[in-house]
Amino acid sequence: MSAILIIEQILNGLQFGVMLFLMAAGLTLIFGVMGLINLAHGSLYMIGAFAAAAVAGLTGSFLLALVAAMAAAAVAGVLVEVVVIRRLYATDHLDQVLATFALILIFSEGTRWMFGSFPLFLDIPDYLSGPVTLPGGIQYPLYRLVLIGAGLAVAAGLGLLITRTRIGIQIRAGENDREMIAALGVDISRLYTLIFMLGAALAGLAGALVGAIQSVQVGMGEPVLILAFVVIVIGGIGSIKGALVGALLVGLTDTLGGIFLPELFKLFTDPATATAAGASLASMAIYILMGAVLIWRPTGLFGARA
Amino acid sequence: MIREAYVNMAVLALLLIVPVWAQMTGEPFTITLATRAVIFALAAVGLNVALGLGGMVSLGHAVFFGIGGYAMGILAFHAQTFTPVMTWPADVPGTKSMPIIWLVAMLTSGLAALAIGALSLRTAGVYFIMITLAFGQMAYFFTISWPTYGGEDGLSIYVRNGFPGLNTLAPMPFFAICFTLLCLVLLFVALLARSPFGLALNAARQSPARVQTVGLDPQRLKLVAFVISGVITGLAGALFADLNRFVSPTMFSWQMSGEIMVFVILGGVARLCGPVVGAVVFVALEHILGDLSDYWHIWLGALLLVIVLFARGGIVGLLAGRARAHD
Amino acid sequence: MTDAVLATHGLSRSFGALRATNEVSIDLRPGEIHAIIGPNGAGKSTLIAQICGGLAPDAGRVEFLGRDVTGWDVAARARAGLARTFQVSALATEDSVLQNVLLGALGAGGSPWRFLRPALSDRDLRDRAEAALTRVGLQDQAALRVSELSHGQRRQLEVAVALTLSPRAFVMDEPMAGLGAEGSAQLTAFLDGLRAEAPILLVEHDMDAVFALADRITVLVYGRIIETGTVDEIRASPAVRDAYLGGAA
Repeated sequence: MSAILIIEQILNGLQFGVMLFLMAAGLTLIFGVMGLINLAHGSLYMIGAFAAAAVAGLTGSFLLALVAAMAAAAVAGVLVEVVVIRRLYATDHLDQVLATFALILIFSEGTRWMFGSFPLFLDIPDYLSGPVTLPGGIQYPLYRLVLIGAGLAVAAGLGLLITRTRIGIQIRAGENDREMIAALGVDISRLYTLIFMLGAALAGLAGALVGAIQSVQVGMGEPVLILAFVVIVIGGIGSIKGALVGALLVGLTDTLGGIFLPELFKLFTDPATATAAGASLASMAIYILMGAVLIWRPTGLFGARA
Repeated sequence: MIREAYVNMAVLALLLIVPVWAQMTGEPFTITLATRAVIFALAAVGLNVALGLGGMVSLGHAVFFGIGGYAMGILAFHAQTFTPVMTWPADVPGTKSMPIIWLVAMLTSGLAALAIGALSLRTAGVYFIMITLAFGQMAYFFTISWPTYGGEDGLSIYVRNGFPGLNTLAPMPFFAICFTLLCLVLLFVALLARSPFGLALNAARQSPARVQTVGLDPQRLKLVAFVISGVITGLAGALFADLNRFVSPTMFSWQMSGEIMVFVILGGVARLCGPVVGAVVFVALEHILGDLSDYWHIWLGALLLVIVLFARGGIVGLLAGRARAHD
Repeated sequence: MTDAVLATHGLSRSFGALRATNEVSIDLRPGEIHAIIGPNGAGKSTLIAQICGGLAPDAGRVEFLGRDVTGWDVAARARAGLARTFQVSALATEDSVLQNVLLGALGAGGSPWRFLRPALSDRDLRDRAEAALTRVGLQDQAALRVSELSHGQRRQLEVAVALTLSPRAFVMDEPMAGLGAEGSAQLTAFLDGLRAEAPILLVEHDMDAVFALADRITVLVYGRIIETGTVDEIRASPAVRDAYLGGAA
């Protein structure tokens, strides 16, 4: 196995990881501040992808498509927060799981009703397509590099937002002591809506960005949602830093596991069995990783509370 | 308000009358539909032991449903291909006998529940929900990528398995088998809720600290409840596979886990027959709304939202009031 | 000191820079009520948690009935005969009063690994539970749900659950909290008689009750014992006056 292949796979893993981070960041903020499990976060991802595909189809502009994705997901997020989610903050996790499961059904079927069951396609714009040559002569798709860059930029921006701005201070205060920030005169329900909107916009952005390299279809959100949950559970719920570390760990484990585990198994057994066993194990690798982390640290790597 | 016991009786009576009536009027499809409802009810009764009595919000019960299904699939597959299930340490042939399949399904799903429960119960709250979900995904992806038993395509079983003295190929006898098993399990769960174990488990859900200070281990109580729960859902999985004569990784999917949970909530958490009502209503809605609209999941979603936001005792709660079954 | 039912030796526990308990050594002798008092934040709750097994100490030992139980968990200590009551009631509030005491009886005498026969049909369990209810005067409330009980009745139920364990020692965390004058007087009279059955380690803010009941008092301030003695000795202690009574009373 060549070094080039390994570097390529590491980059693929990074790209997958940062996209997971966009999803996980919103989830972990929403859980950390509002104490809410939002299964419908994957629907916002899907809405972003569909909005992007629709707008790109109409205007031909990829940038406009991205803006539309974030706007559509943010609007859907605010709507859902105000109509449904707001009533769930005080209830137990079971009610939250069910109500947001119900939202998935509504969003998925609603999208199917509007756009049909066939996948849409969102094209990578010309100026971002094609390979670039990296140092060492590695050919790598430019768009994927852009995804890595965009993801890291969002991570840095979120970090600044949380640590340096007034909103960030309120968010951190909200994670620690809800009564206190209400007592300080922060309009808590506006803060919650704002956080929800932010999380939704990031999910929509992720949906649009990933939609350009996969197909845009109903049900695309849930697999990513579950991976994002794995990410925040590994990282520790409520921690942005944890979400980033968790996302990269999951992205790399999943990508590298799929390549290396079958190779590893070939050292011990015949190729056919090795491929099958390696692929099976690789498909479970991130869940095994999560189980191991939770057994070692029941509240995740950077988590403080259950 | 109606006494909950009467609601329970009425539900089971209805569940029995509809297929009998369908048999007389010659509508075998309705019997199949009723059988589907009974099997889903059984799976949900299993989840309710963990969720309602033990307070464990498991979003991974499809694991046990799937294991039960594959226990049937694998045993019957080897029987229909005349190959051994394993050759080491002993030759084990496949089988088409339901009782043996049920035992294997219950045993394997119980062992899986023991392992998953022991690991998951180290965590609590939202982490518990997520880790059970993750175990479900693990099983799902494992079955998809493991080619021996059909991988993503699943396994077809050509002829329904047999039960001594009954013609299981006809819809009515198979319904009768499933209905009898459901009643037996309901009886068991009703007894369980009032037993010393049920008393302690019930307290462990509400106040683990209290249970510890009287010298009991709440985690161990919960683990045993989780295993009982998994065994029941596993049995349901074996029956479901036999109903469809087909198993596939979708039995392990997280939507399946979500649906089993929906049955419980729709009917009413911790109510003896809540899961039965929920499953019956779900299957009926699926059938009726599914005929009316291709997008019936929207209406199901809306109904669920209404239940969660405005009717927290589920349907049985609306009919029988707040009082719980075990008072 | 060797005849102590329950004793701690140099128990310490820190949370970050805060030393919640600092070298605490106390003992509980047969037949006595030993009260622990101290201002808020003195480390009383931390001490109780370490004695009952909910919190592992950084240093020090706990001895119960002559055995070192430092490494035992809550349940094991309870089975050995250490009964505690909670400051904030930790009852199963959806259940009936009788079910709550049955749970205690189950922990003390029965096995929870019985799945089919109703708990109520076990005469032994039931007798034990009903006897405990009668002793605290809740026999007429047996069928009520805990959520329907008054605050005072919940405190009584806490004590009843502890009684079902036939304990060798009680650890009571502010049993008088939230009781009116009459309730406190009744519970004081009840605890007075209870000490003959098993000694009581009593953490309490109600000074009337403490001075009426305690054979000995330990004063805890900032995690450290500043004085242990009889009621009269504590009343006369200048250190206690300074640190505690002077400020708080």
